Amino acid sequence: MQLTDMKKGAVGRVTAISGADPLIEAKLREIGFAEDDPVELAHLGPLARTPICVRLNRTLIALRAEEACAIEVELDQ
Amino acid sequence: MNAAVTDTAPTRIALVGAPNCGKSTLFNGLTGGRAKVANYPGATVETRHGRFTTPAGRNVDLIDLPGFYGMSPRSLDERLALDTVLGKLDTAPELILALVDAATLRTHLQSVLQLRAIGAPMIVVLNMFDLATRDGLEIDIHRLEKELGLPVVTANATRKAGREALLAKLDAALGQKEFAMPPSGHFPAPEDVREHQVEARRIASAAITYEPPFNRATRAIDRVVLHPIAGPFILAALLFTMFQMVYTWSAGPVDMLDAGAGALGDFIAAHLPPGWLHDLLVDGVIAGVGSVIVFLPQIIILFTFILILEASGYMARAAFLMDEIMHRFGLNGRAFIPLLSSFACAIPGIMASRVIENDRDRLTTILIAPLMTCSARLPVYALIIGAFIPAEKVGLFNLQGLVLFALYITGIISAVLIAFIFKRTIAKARSQPLIMELPTYKLPNAKDFFISLWIRASAFLKRAGTVILTTSVILWFLAAYPASATSLKESYAGRLGSLLEPLLAPIGFNLEIAIALVPGMAAREVAVGALGTVYAVHGATENSSGLAETLQSAWSLPTALAFLAWYVFAPQCFATLATIRRETGSWKWAGFALGYLFALAYAAAGLTFWTSRAAGL
Repeated sequence: MQLTDMKKGAVGRVTAISGADPLIEAKLREIGFAEDDPVELAHLGPLARTPICVRLNRTLIALRAEEACAIEVELDQ
Repeated sequence: MNAAVTDTAPTRIALVGAPNCGKSTLFNGLTGGRAKVANYPGATVETRHGRFTTPAGRNVDLIDLPGFYGMSPRSLDERLALDTVLGKLDTAPELILALVDAATLRTHLQSVLQLRAIGAPMIVVLNMFDLATRDGLEIDIHRLEKELGLPVVTANATRKAGREALLAKLDAALGQKEFAMPPSGHFPAPEDVREHQVEARRIASAAITYEPPFNRATRAIDRVVLHPIAGPFILAALLFTMFQMVYTWSAGPVDMLDAGAGALGDFIAAHLPPGWLHDLLVDGVIAGVGSVIVFLPQIIILFTFILILEASGYMARAAFLMDEIMHRFGLNGRAFIPLLSSFACAIPGIMASRVIENDRDRLTTILIAPLMTCSARLPVYALIIGAFIPAEKVGLFNLQGLVLFALYITGIISAVLIAFIFKRTIAKARSQPLIMELPTYKLPNAKDFFISLWIRASAFLKRAGTVILTTSVILWFLAAYPASATSLKESYAGRLGSLLEPLLAPIGFNLEIAIALVPGMAAREVAVGALGTVYAVHGATENSSGLAETLQSAWSLPTALAFLAWYVFAPQCFATLATIRRETGSWKWAGFALGYLFALAYAAAGLTFWTSRAAGL
């Protein structure tokens, strides 16, 4: 599933970072998204399900749904 | 001490790292905060330079660069940092201090690998090591050093003792010959980013022996601050408090400065024989510069709030909360901070727009920043509202306060609508990404705070001492000469005003207003003093009841309202236009801002004048 489909508070693992724009992919990786790393959907923006705020290891990252859908996740059981 | 070493030119060292890794604190700690801001010709950006001497007596020129996460730069700030590292702007630094917040080593190690790949000579600094170990993080430094093949040193930027190991390593590194090689690199291909990431994770896993879970205090605070309902309320309450403080706390100091300027004028008047020098100093320099300096307390209070919110980590949360609504109007959540600063003064606001990644988003933000009601408009609003709007109650509220609030809101709503139009016309671009880190909450560092505040306050004073001093003198001359003039109307300023009058008559402005608008171009608040001079009210200041009474009989209510509407939009400050030119790199956009703001001001004033006339006011 995509990162944007996660429920608030859900914890999963990044399985793939893709997307058409290689620069966005580089940006996502540089700020800390990496395959096999745990990810938690920590907060949602007040207006809609964008931007979202996720916890990656020991950092919190905010990003819009447009960019977040480039990230594939697998929910922890 | 080695005398031979001290004689050589200073060694250039660049400080790089992600935002919020304690870079500025280390810079201030090493250099004592004494920094020089450097401008590169052709590039509309600045970097901070500071000097210090190592224990072995080496002179160092330390360069503080904007934060970046990696070598795929997006914003102007990030590009500047990378170009400096690569030696594209100046001679390349001889050594790079790559700062990493020890608490987030796993994430930020990849930028170190990217820098290593371009061949930059560097020392890796694990900053805020004390905080990370207090949290329970355990890092095997020797293992990290071995895996990276680079010197690694731990530091605690806030304390002198925390910087000693770094200084020792610095001397050792600079003693080696191979460190004096400039990097000869290129940007990594996006495919390389993936490779660096895998390698960084491997090294981090090898070197980090224990990693505690995410900061609990931050998690608890965010549960409230980022709550979908409570969050926006807290933000609104913070902003409301901030504006209240800007006006209530500053009242005392503003009056004192005002009285001080008056006393200085009286002193000179008493000790200098009448003549042109006397008039120049009293009516030109002290009246002109004094009327601007009185805003220093407001600027200081506003920046105190902004700097504390920024250093504590809250600002990024504000951008997160505001992003979607701003995005719908074609702006970016990051534009929130520049636009907020613009309520003090558009100049720091326009400069703060550098954090916006996309050029078009940045341009839109710069163009609408002058619509935020800056503190210089306040004396004008206060004078006109005090003179024309009765202080009666409307329900729970004071009518004067409501009008003032309406003027602020008009500015904000216009800015939003104009941004919406610009994004669909002149600044058309694909929607730009927002990917930002929300830092863990921290108590702001007092030294960093005072240094940043001083940089802002001194920039404001410098403007008062240069642009405003010059224009005050010129305008004084225009108003006082030719010597044959018996009234202001016969002076050069009066003649200029007469030229403008036919243009302004359709929107309800009389000759006196036209004359006052000429000096008002230098700085908005100068118009108040100019009105005082035009109506020959002796010693008129912004709170002068004499001037207010004169205006009451000289102006109709529609004229007064039109004047307020004019001031919501009018681009009446040359310094702002000069800043727009500098930040956009061309007079084209400064000219565009001038044109569109004047057109809006003219239309708004005209509309207000004729509708209020039709309504029988």
